Amino acid sequence: MKINITQIIIFCFIIFSLLIFWQGLKKDNNYDTKNLTGTRISNFQLSEINDDDKYISEEDLKKNSYTLINFFASWCAPCRSEHKYLINLSSKKNKIQIIGINFKDKKNNANNFLKELGNPYNFVGKDTNGKISILFGIYGIPESILVNNNLTVIKKIVGPLDQIQYNEILNIIR
Amino acid sequence: MLSNIGIGLIVLVLILCFLTIYTASFDLKIANQSIKKSIYKLSLFQTTFTVLSFFTLIIGFINSDFSLINVYENSHTTKPLFYKIAGTWGNHEGSLLLWVNILVIFSYLFLVFSHAYDKKFRLYTLISQNILILGFLFFLLLNSNPFNSIYPTPSEGMGLNPILQDPALAIHPPLLYVGFVGCSIYFSAAIASLISNYDGKLFAQSIKNWVKITWCFQTLGIIIGSIWAYYELGWGGFWFWDPVENASLLPWFAITALMHSLIVLEKRNTLYSWVIILCLLTFILSVTGTFLVRSGILNSVHTFASDPSRGTYILLFLSFMIFSALIIFFIKHKKETYNFNLKSRETFILANNWFMAFFLVTVLIGMLYPIFLDVLTNVKISVGPPFFNIVIIPLVVPLMFLMAIGPKFGWIKSKNNNYYEVSFLILGSIVINLLIFYFFGKYSLLSNLIFITAIFLILYSFLDIIKFINKKNKSRLPRIISHLGFGLLVFFIGINHQFSIEEDFNLKVGEIKKTINYEINFEEIKIKESKNYKAVIGNFKLTDLRNSLVQYLEPEIRIYSNPETLTYEAAIKSKITSDIYLTMSNISRSDYYNIKFQNKPFMIWIWLSALIIVLGGFIQLSLKKNED
Repeated sequence: MKINITQIIIFCFIIFSLLIFWQGLKKDNNYDTKNLTGTRISNFQLSEINDDDKYISEEDLKKNSYTLINFFASWCAPCRSEHKYLINLSSKKNKIQIIGINFKDKKNNANNFLKELGNPYNFVGKDTNGKISILFGIYGIPESILVNNNLTVIKKIVGPLDQIQYNEILNIIR
Repeated sequence: MLSNIGIGLIVLVLILCFLTIYTASFDLKIANQSIKKSIYKLSLFQTTFTVLSFFTLIIGFINSDFSLINVYENSHTTKPLFYKIAGTWGNHEGSLLLWVNILVIFSYLFLVFSHAYDKKFRLYTLISQNILILGFLFFLLLNSNPFNSIYPTPSEGMGLNPILQDPALAIHPPLLYVGFVGCSIYFSAAIASLISNYDGKLFAQSIKNWVKITWCFQTLGIIIGSIWAYYELGWGGFWFWDPVENASLLPWFAITALMHSLIVLEKRNTLYSWVIILCLLTFILSVTGTFLVRSGILNSVHTFASDPSRGTYILLFLSFMIFSALIIFFIKHKKETYNFNLKSRETFILANNWFMAFFLVTVLIGMLYPIFLDVLTNVKISVGPPFFNIVIIPLVVPLMFLMAIGPKFGWIKSKNNNYYEVSFLILGSIVINLLIFYFFGKYSLLSNLIFITAIFLILYSFLDIIKFINKKNKSRLPRIISHLGFGLLVFFIGINHQFSIEEDFNLKVGEIKKTINYEINFEEIKIKESKNYKAVIGNFKLTDLRNSLVQYLEPEIRIYSNPETLTYEAAIKSKITSDIYLTMSNISRSDYYNIKFQNKPFMIWIWLSALIIVLGGFIQLSLKKNED
């Protein structure tokens, strides 16, 4: 086979294109909220799941040094698996408060879910249409964010909590 | 349970792939002209098991068996049965299984229907096709297994994206898959032809029907996608030069060029290397399109949950395909000398190929440039309709002119000159264009040229049809019909583009809005509960002020429950001469609704013209003989 210049050019062009594709794969085009760590949350108000007149807002977060905001729903299977870690965390009430935000769920189902698995939350807020969660940068559940009394996001956990992340949270709040 | 059956079947298919390759390479050494019976059997078993695995998945969807992750993530018990079944290919894993099905079925059909051709050529095609099958089977098993199970079994699924719950969308993917994945068979045949030196006429004959079938399905698939966009997306347009539409056009340009140059190869025994390049290119572009869309590099409705590992695998396999095809081509191809007379059919067919190549490169650049720029410089741009319209539309003028006169020339050298006929028809087209211009409205010089050539092509095709009725030379009919369809398509798109009316305004219940020819009265709001969604329906009374004709339109805002999504359903009244298109969307914290009103002339004719193009293809398929 005699290699000529056209063939070399074609090969070079194709290799170049494939390399670009390869690089393109590593780039993340999707909206991502992982870099939310370090930003401050602001301007939110959540009503209680069973009582529309009860509210929680920024001021309530400032009272505790740490707050874990956990987004959950009764229809979400992985939420069940992370629940035991939340229960464990709730025993450290003096160090951390846990707020649950019930995401796109029915009130009765949510209450049954908490009755069955236990309620680790100091406050359960409702987000029936999923809009408030967007303000927190949530695009799927379960997700949790850990904020300090300055309302700054210290840690963001996408997906269910596991032993490793549980330990990390314990380290932070210690 | 279904999970085990499914995976079991896939593994069986995988084993049969290896067995087929092994037996076929063994059979290559035996010097006779018939392929061993056992190879047919292996291939038949392979097809049966693949089809069974697909049915297993469909059963999973019908029964809402949420122990399969795939069903859990893409279905829901409240979904109508039709969409449960359509959900099977409405996701990445399921559609990949469909992809493998088509590879396997085409492999078997080619083996069965190609017995008139050389044994070595057939065996190499089979081996090459099985290597493709293996590649995609490994992808399926290792990365995107539709039969993966989930434990504990969820009680309810997550639902199918509501904008995919549309009849057009249920058949759009299978059609496109037959069109795009079916190309694999002449990719394999081209490789086999290079290896076994089986070139020329016979090679052209062996693949021509496969090219026609896949061309018909690709065209039909693209049209249905476009119809879906018009009815479902609620923008009132039918072609957006969106990256995914472009990805589907690339193989279409290549296959259209291939279909034409294949005729030259069959009749004149030349252009062999070019035909091979097009065979390879069509499937490579199909896979490239799939890669770009599935890997998440391009974001669109076609990007199912994006996953980089998926992209990596397709990219690796794509590189393997491209490099092995190129190396085999460079080693095996022979130099050809071309000797074409300017006034001959083959010259005009070559001209078609140049146009297709130009369109292909234009769309490819428009699609890849933003990706390259983003990766190299981090600058995000999007190349949209203006670029494609400026570059492509002017060239449609000479293309249509050549489409009309090209087929009049005979092979090799033609003396037949119909100067009178052509000048008379051009004159006629100019007159018709002037009439439209004078009576209906002014438009640019380019539009004038487009209308003139489109009308010229249409008139010439009608003249051909009259000649056909007199002579009954059946072989010409498919070409005449497809070219006529193209002329009509361009003509009606032009009319539609020039004379559409669009109005955008806000209304609340009880208010009336007057536009140029219509009075729109927003009468009331209704709420409707349906099986898988709730709908807010607006009642609009539309009065045509010219003839006081009254019509009622009911656009909807649908709230789907699983997953929770809003979709806007346009109210469309289609008539033969024009479509009325009305969408409404809610404005938050307000009684007002945003209303988009459009009057689009000859919409139905755009679909009909496009379908006429495909009709030509199907008639061609039903004929035994090619145009002479």
